[in-house]
Amino acid sequence: MTDLSQSPAGAAPRKHGGSLLQQTPRTRKRNAAEARFRGYGIAAITAGLVMLLVLVTTIVSKGTGAFQQTFVTLNVELLESKLDKKGNRNIEDIKKVTTFGYAPIIKGAMEATVEELGIETSLKAKELAGVLSKDVAAQLRDYVIANPDQIGQTVEFRFLASSRVDGYLKGRVTRDSIVNDKNISAEQLDLVDALAAAGVLEKTFNLDFITGADASDARPEAAGIGVSMLGSLFMMFVVLALALPIGVAASIYLEEFAPQNWLTDMIEVNISNLAAVPSIVFGILGLAVFINYMHLPTSAPLVGGLVLTLMTLPTIIISTRASLKSVPPSIRDAALGVGASKMQAVFHHVLPLAAPGILTGTIIGLAQALGETAPLLLIGMVGFIASNAPETIADGLLAPNSAMPAQIYEWAKRADPAFYERAWGGIIILLLFLVTMNTLAVILRRRFERRW
Amino acid sequence: MPTFWLVVLLLALSAAGFYLGRSRALRTAGGDARDLHSLPSYYGYHVALAAFVPAIAVLAVWLLAQPLIIENRVSNLIPAEAVPENTTIGLVMSDVRRVAEGLDLAVEQGLLTRREARDAAGGQDLRALMGEVGVALGSDVRPEVLSAAQSYRNLSHTGKTAMTVVVALLALGGFVWAYGRTHKDFRARNVVERGVLALLILAASLAALTTVGIVLSMLFETKNFFGLHSWTDFFFGSTWAPNFRGGSDLSILPLLWGTLYISFIALLVAVPVGLFAAIYLSEYASGTVRSFAKPLLEILAGIPTIVYGLFALLTVGPALANLFAKGGLLGVEWMAGATSVLTAGLVMGVMLIPFVSSLSDDIINAVPQALRDGSLGLGATKSETVRQVVMPAALPGIVGAVLLAASRAIGETMIVVMGAGAIAKFSANPLESMTTITTRIVSQLTGDTDFASPETLVAFALGLTLFVLTLGLNVLALYIVRKYREQYE
Repeated sequence: MTDLSQSPAGAAPRKHGGSLLQQTPRTRKRNAAEARFRGYGIAAITAGLVMLLVLVTTIVSKGTGAFQQTFVTLNVELLESKLDKKGNRNIEDIKKVTTFGYAPIIKGAMEATVEELGIETSLKAKELAGVLSKDVAAQLRDYVIANPDQIGQTVEFRFLASSRVDGYLKGRVTRDSIVNDKNISAEQLDLVDALAAAGVLEKTFNLDFITGADASDARPEAAGIGVSMLGSLFMMFVVLALALPIGVAASIYLEEFAPQNWLTDMIEVNISNLAAVPSIVFGILGLAVFINYMHLPTSAPLVGGLVLTLMTLPTIIISTRASLKSVPPSIRDAALGVGASKMQAVFHHVLPLAAPGILTGTIIGLAQALGETAPLLLIGMVGFIASNAPETIADGLLAPNSAMPAQIYEWAKRADPAFYERAWGGIIILLLFLVTMNTLAVILRRRFERRW
Repeated sequence: MPTFWLVVLLLALSAAGFYLGRSRALRTAGGDARDLHSLPSYYGYHVALAAFVPAIAVLAVWLLAQPLIIENRVSNLIPAEAVPENTTIGLVMSDVRRVAEGLDLAVEQGLLTRREARDAAGGQDLRALMGEVGVALGSDVRPEVLSAAQSYRNLSHTGKTAMTVVVALLALGGFVWAYGRTHKDFRARNVVERGVLALLILAASLAALTTVGIVLSMLFETKNFFGLHSWTDFFFGSTWAPNFRGGSDLSILPLLWGTLYISFIALLVAVPVGLFAAIYLSEYASGTVRSFAKPLLEILAGIPTIVYGLFALLTVGPALANLFAKGGLLGVEWMAGATSVLTAGLVMGVMLIPFVSSLSDDIINAVPQALRDGSLGLGATKSETVRQVVMPAALPGIVGAVLLAASRAIGETMIVVMGAGAIAKFSANPLESMTTITTRIVSQLTGDTDFASPETLVAFALGLTLFVLTLGLNVLALYIVRKYREQYE
């Protein structure tokens, strides 16, 4: 290797010449390429993070409005002449008065309030009542039927304002945007301003959005996500009750007992493929098997839970197997050494040690299932109004209901922009659930995970 | 809900079995657990399992098989000439089921007594009655349908009763048999462990059964579909125009085009961004940047697709329309509405970024450090090392990752349902709205589904195609990764 140190006689001068202190054009080009490449990397990371930021700010800025709602406080005189003409407080007679019968009372209450506050307006009684939600009459009727003894008295009520008025206070509806709007006029907005100044009309926190039921197209202000939250809850019960035992049992068999043969191989390949099957295919399976073949009720959380169980199983199996694998063989050997059977070694020693990992995997699987929408569309958990909270557990499982993501989808499909705010608000709640579950999983892992 | 109570009964029986079995074993040993072959609780488990498992297994099989058998027997009852032109036996059967269900409901609501329901005559009255209980019928009930519905009800009723009796007897039998065998010398642990192992195997095969279920359920309905609609039109036609009055054009090609186009745009976004993010994180970033940027990027993967769908529908779509639609900022009129291939593609791309980046990150990290050191030692810059040494070594893995991302994109539903539109056509313009396989599955199967019309059944053919497509991509991805992975010591 000595000849390397000698420069060959008559060698051509170095192509690029120059000294070490001065970069040649080629080096400069290479360094520039290096900087560019690095720049692409930074740009990619930034792009990803910006997307996240945009997504989060969009959700928060558009969704927080759903947690506030405009209410009008009114003193309503429950006229006996309208509600109970016979005056005998017979509940059957009172029930005969439909919500139409309550309209004059509401109009009267609005007129009285406007007069009392000394607001000048040229609006007629019907238009005055137009700032209130269409839900108000039903609310009043429910109250009267529940408290028939209050008829003839004056009671203070907190009524929902209509979604246009609500949008006006939240800045979604402006005086320009309502020029062609049949539902509200500029004069009504003047009235709203005056009522707000008098403190009769105010925007406050809206618990009904979190606990309430969905409402029809015409009453976005009354819609809530509570009932569909219960639907999701029941589905998660089903998933937990089925996917956890089946998933853990399958993993124990595959990890601890299964002999190496074609059957085991086939099951393993199946499970890893199942994890990659599009979720909508599970919906098709659910429709064909559970609804069309087994005739289980459509839209029932039980069916949704069954479909999501099949979807969650691979996730749980994969994470359970990983945590069983991480329990060192010495534990099994020690148990077998003191005379435990193989089954006892697994169930008394390995499984408890793997439990934190299994639990973490289960929570993550449940979080995935909670956010899943596509299969629920096929088994009919959208397209109707989930108006009543289930009363019994059997009802909760079998009565038609919606689920949180399905409810959000339903709102997003409707025409009134007031529902979009609800959809974003629903997403905030859904994401809060997911964040809580994932944080719980991380904490469990940090707290209980053992390094052997 | 008799099935529910049957299960409760089984549970109660097995709980009782546990305590009785255990105490009997202890009694035979004179109260001294040391004289027993197994631990006392194993004797309890033995009785409980014997009472519960065979009974619940029979119950499950019965519930699955009964509808099939009844369906078969009843459809044999319907004479061929009772099936009108242009319809199938399946359509008549769905009428039969609806009538039977209506009769059941009428009995439940007290509109009919049991006897009246059994002797009910067809005609106008019955149809009105069905309407009253909420079962809408398309036409008057024909006598054949009514008699078939009656035998359908009879058979289901008999089946239900027989099921309850058989299951209860089986549970009791198991209980008595196991209780009788309970003795201090009985090897309860071995028996119980064998039983538990069988249950574990059963659980493991359930996963395999799910796949079988998916394939079978779709194959059956797809077969029905091809019986009603020509397969050449499905695979090689050029129009998608479902028409619920019949005579629809149902071709998968325009849908496939939309699906692939949207997936392509999604990958166009996700692959460069994800790949460069992975390269930067694994080759350049300091520990702090990595520990902070990687989890943040992965949040994008944990967000449910409905959120992306809403984002596409309400934010990205209108933003694009602001640029390209009539009266937009660019003053062009390229877009008709907010839904387009680009809308769905962009949002789906964002969703796939973490998918590509974390898969590629793992793969790049698996390339041994010695290769990098060698390249850097020869004077290559870092980017040259990445491009000429790390990337070629990681390529099969990255191709696999991209294929997996493509399979995700093809099967994605919510984003395209909300962002892509509903028009099936061949067009190269990314600003036009198009539709995909998953969107059409959703729209054909939501609302009232009639399992006898090709317009509904086509969804199963689409689903099967989707399943085969995504499965194929997955298998291909795994194959490429395995086959071309460099083996490093």
